[in-house]
Amino acid sequence: MSLLSVRNLDVTFDIRPRGAWPWTPSQQLQAVRDMSFDLEAGQTLGIVGESGSGKSTLARAIIGTVPSSDGQILWGDTDLRRMDPRERRRHRREVQMIFQDPLAALNPRMTVGEIIAEPLTTHDRDVGRKEARRRAGEMMEKVGLLPNLLNRYPHEFSGGQCQRIGIARALILNPRLVICDEPVSALDVSVQAQVVNLLKSLQREMGLSLIFIAHDLSVVKHISDRTLVMYLGRKMEEAEARTLVRAPRHPYTQALIASVPIPDPQREKARHRPVLEGELPSPANPPSGCVFRTRCPKARPDCAKAVPAMQVPEDGHLVACPYQEVVSPLARSA
Amino acid sequence: MPLLDVDTLGVTFDTPDGTVNAVNDLSFSVDPGETLAIVGESGSGKSQTVFGVMGLLARNGRATGRVSFEGKALSEMSDAEFNRVRGDAISMIFQDPMTSLNPYIRVGDQMIEVLTLHKGLGRRAARDECVRMLDAVRIPDARARLDQYPHEFSGGMRQRIMIAMALLCRPKLLIADEPTTALDVTVQAQIMKLLGDIREEFGTAMILITHDLGIVADSCDRTLVMYGGRAMEEGPTQALFESPSHPYTTGLLKAVPRLDIDQPELQTIPGEPPDMSRLGPGCPFAPRCLLVREVCRETMPPLVSHGALRRACHADPAEVT
Repeated sequence: MSLLSVRNLDVTFDIRPRGAWPWTPSQQLQAVRDMSFDLEAGQTLGIVGESGSGKSTLARAIIGTVPSSDGQILWGDTDLRRMDPRERRRHRREVQMIFQDPLAALNPRMTVGEIIAEPLTTHDRDVGRKEARRRAGEMMEKVGLLPNLLNRYPHEFSGGQCQRIGIARALILNPRLVICDEPVSALDVSVQAQVVNLLKSLQREMGLSLIFIAHDLSVVKHISDRTLVMYLGRKMEEAEARTLVRAPRHPYTQALIASVPIPDPQREKARHRPVLEGELPSPANPPSGCVFRTRCPKARPDCAKAVPAMQVPEDGHLVACPYQEVVSPLARSA
Repeated sequence: MPLLDVDTLGVTFDTPDGTVNAVNDLSFSVDPGETLAIVGESGSGKSQTVFGVMGLLARNGRATGRVSFEGKALSEMSDAEFNRVRGDAISMIFQDPMTSLNPYIRVGDQMIEVLTLHKGLGRRAARDECVRMLDAVRIPDARARLDQYPHEFSGGMRQRIMIAMALLCRPKLLIADEPTTALDVTVQAQIMKLLGDIREEFGTAMILITHDLGIVADSCDRTLVMYGGRAMEEGPTQALFESPSHPYTTGLLKAVPRLDIDQPELQTIPGEPPDMSRLGPGCPFAPRCLLVREVCRETMPPLVSHGALRRACHADPAEVT
């Protein structure tokens, strides 16, 4: 059985137009539509998409900070959406989160030791102060920080170090799943590699499952076992991480790969890189049928009619496009 | 003759904690029509370099050294002359297109102001020119959109407006400071393609400041790698990526996750970027360098030629892999 299974999940927000009367009906914004995936224990699922694709909302719905409107979030065989508050509280220690802006995610008026130990003292009332400090110190060592910095404040640390503190705080409860929302996109290249390697080695050591959300496809490919591509709240493609990059089948995934320049001038010049025109439509008013059709180079009239059914061209490869075929934007053009 | 010649540029800031040397002893040049990439991590001094060149430093900042544009030293110019160069011949695009546009003024009025000020055009002629330029940066329905406010445009569109505004006076040099960092990848690809088209069409030289090595490989003729306010290595992009001769450049290239190659483990550069207010006399990269030796901590190596490249490193090029 999978650790986490999401089934046909919808997340809808009520939007009140500015200056609306109290009795005007609110608009519906569907941030996540009909999302399904499975995550196995010890595995990493990467989620990529542009801003506004709903990837962070999906993460927040899984963790329960945003209410979902339909579907199931199965943790083993219990549906998180039907859990009573007490069960929910017990469940919360199993799922933790790491955020994008490492400094903003830490309370500036708490010492690093307090920040790291806080989840512990919240969930385990009988853990004493001394014990909490000791465990926080251990965690700091684990994430590559000196434990004697326990009494420092977040502003005394660099961005990379703050992200390590965020990781220590997320891991102190020995969670089974960690959701990382753009954990390295605010970091410099040389520090980004350190944090990615740290996450990978901690995952091996502690047997964690990860959901790794990022807009940078290269990082996601590097850390994930499987990758899921989102566009305007919907799943476009899902496949084994390397297959997705080497042999993408959805036109959007292909465009995404074509957009990423490769740090190799010779290969870059030999590559054919069609540029995707236009911009992401407003999620409040998505196109009918396939949401990508307004920018899709392969769009045909019938794409506007119905939401394309998920195709399974090969084992473990899911594509939401009837006209899917393998095109590799990484290959040299002849 | 190079278009822009920067000779021993230094940028210092007086802060309550003492003097911070953001840029030290930096020399480079840009030829007409050429694209130079300045690459470095945050705090490497890449933005302060161009702010120093353009005279846009914060109030506590000071620039030293000699900067000349088309053979004329900028420091010897009168304020009026310098302002003419800054608006007419050199323009700049910033990272965040929302904060660089005035939210209270219609986009058209902001653009027209540039032309009436620098070119002395009348309002009607200026407006026509603005429409032409917005067409050139592929903003649909340009004439109607001139009357809109910045918030009515998306991030990518705002960056296009910034580019259009920077091109209004047909500058010979365009400085772009992280022009696509705030944008999504598909929009980034659009903007980079646009900048490439503009280079071809107008023959504009460009300085592109970025931390994205992919963008450098894709669109820059020459690359300058900065670290801790100093030049580490410089040369033609192709040669620099193929056979980098500085340990920082090699480290940087290996730390980037790549789409086209499967790397089992990312190589890292140990340690953290330097604290610019506490730099020693030696090479700023020494504390993180794998090839560090005694001399590196004491003296900064000079930038010397090595094949097509110029490098500042005490280690033998053969040692650097």
